Amino acid sequence: MGWPLIRVYTVLVYLFMFLPVAVVVLLSFNASQFGSFPMTGLSFRWFVELAHNDAILRAFRTSIVLGALTALISTTLGVLASLALVRYNVAGRNLISTLLIAPILVPEVVLAVALLLFLNFLSINKSFFLLLMGHVIFTLPFVILVVQARLVGIRRDYEEAALSLGASPVQTFFQITLPLLAPAVFAGMLFAFTISFDDITGTLFWKPGGVETVPTQIFAMLRNSISPEINALGTVMIFLTVGLPLLGLAIARRMAMQRGG
Amino acid sequence: MGAVSLTNIVKRFGSFTAVHRMSMDIPEGSFVTLLGPSGCGKTTTLRMIAGLIDPTEGEITIKGQQVNDVPIHKRNLGLVFQNYALFPHKTIAQNVAFGLKYRNLTKADMDRKVRDVLDLVQLPHVAERYPKQLSGGQQQRIALARAIVIEPDVLLLDEPLSALDANLREDMRVELKRIQQRIGITTVFVTHDQSEALAMSDRVVVMSDGRIEQIGTPEEVYNTPASEFVSRFLGISNILDATCTELTADGLSLELPVFGRITVPKDRAPHVEGPGPAKLVIRAEKLLLADSSQAMEGRLALDGVVEAVVYQGQAARYFVRIGDRQLQAINMINERPFQEGETVSVRFRPRDCAALPGASA
Repeated sequence: MGWPLIRVYTVLVYLFMFLPVAVVVLLSFNASQFGSFPMTGLSFRWFVELAHNDAILRAFRTSIVLGALTALISTTLGVLASLALVRYNVAGRNLISTLLIAPILVPEVVLAVALLLFLNFLSINKSFFLLLMGHVIFTLPFVILVVQARLVGIRRDYEEAALSLGASPVQTFFQITLPLLAPAVFAGMLFAFTISFDDITGTLFWKPGGVETVPTQIFAMLRNSISPEINALGTVMIFLTVGLPLLGLAIARRMAMQRGG
Repeated sequence: MGAVSLTNIVKRFGSFTAVHRMSMDIPEGSFVTLLGPSGCGKTTTLRMIAGLIDPTEGEITIKGQQVNDVPIHKRNLGLVFQNYALFPHKTIAQNVAFGLKYRNLTKADMDRKVRDVLDLVQLPHVAERYPKQLSGGQQQRIALARAIVIEPDVLLLDEPLSALDANLREDMRVELKRIQQRIGITTVFVTHDQSEALAMSDRVVVMSDGRIEQIGTPEEVYNTPASEFVSRFLGISNILDATCTELTADGLSLELPVFGRITVPKDRAPHVEGPGPAKLVIRAEKLLLADSSQAMEGRLALDGVVEAVVYQGQAARYFVRIGDRQLQAINMINERPFQEGETVSVRFRPRDCAALPGASA
């Protein structure tokens, strides 16, 4: 196959991947009632309606609170777990490491059903807290992978030097280890937030009655009708879940460069 | 009792014994070097003094106080690493001031101490820079400054010069020794480089396989090695099997094939206890090659043939066959080095030789 053919083929693959997304974004600016081509004019009316839709605003708030808490808890646990796995000779280190990474490997539906059945078995009712814990379980592996990779690259010398100068282990962590780890911690946090923010499978199983996140809200709206509002919401979601990590990674890279890699 | 004392220290990692029952005393204000090949336990020993590793058995005291259970951050030590370990996210001034923050000083005192120590290491102008903006040699000076500014009881140096290139390393030796003498701090230096050890130390502790082979001044370990290992590790030695026939007030008489009878002064063979198998040690630079015609007083002379020459600039290293033995000689070059295949007269003074007990391996 010659280069021109490969080029055409590549363009087709990208079109296949991104055209639907582009259509959603494009249609969200459509003035018409019906979310279809041909477009009748440019308008922000669906974004305005979105901003006045209480259900969606509530879902938005829920998603942001859920994502932020998930990021916070996952990152804290992830940093602690990484420290234990990398810096200390924990018995069964490999097993623990595999178990912590496992939620990535298990299909999400299986994980979701398993947790639900487990809660039933314990006769615990679904709650926001349990939804949060569910999200923590499957965002934790991402945080651990990112933080561990960086921690391995931070020489023990730095910490030993700080200790020898009189800093206690806790002071050493906050003065030396954490600042050097910051880019990874930040990236891990963003991963956790975005993964939580656009998760639907687990959330559908775990959410208590009456609580909707943005993805479950869209899902519910789609069951009634295909409103152009959904296109607008989709556009907002795309910018949040694609733009935020890109921005975050750029910041993380800058931080890493300032800190001397 | 010294500034640092190790008593019957043993360190095992699983079934591997890194340090075998070691005892030593490091006098206040002295510069002591732990010298040995990699894996000899020298770094492990240093890390035990630092508190980064716990000894399996034995007692460590610093300034008379037992520190086995004192964690590293309460030991008041200065530690300098091979890779400098300057905190990359802090400026030089912040790096140097790091240890001072934990010592209840006023801001003014801290600033003054940081300035003074930067002057001492001759880098007063770099305070606001970041570590990666400095050269390797500068970083190592800052690492030293950071370690000594807290006025530690002991300064521990773990191969601090190994990462520097050769010329800089020589300069830093002089610099490090100057600073150590200026502040009179007890220093433990770990290296595998014999010339560093000989150049800088008050005492050298030669280690091998987790054991102390010899402790002595640089001249003692060089001239009067206590074991074959020491004589082989420091410099280049010719070690010949011999038989000790007699121990007299003058010295001990050794019988060797080809060489005949050689009398070694008693103080050059403190470890030979009586007649029996022994070893004769001749340093390569004590063997002088000469044209057969030249006469030299007080030296034994043997005929040999040059088998190989390694040109080293001002000196040359020769491999000379004498009888069935090949010996090494390092001589300054006079006009021209001897050539391969040349017949030379090999000369040495018996009083430059040393002897070891000779349970031949």
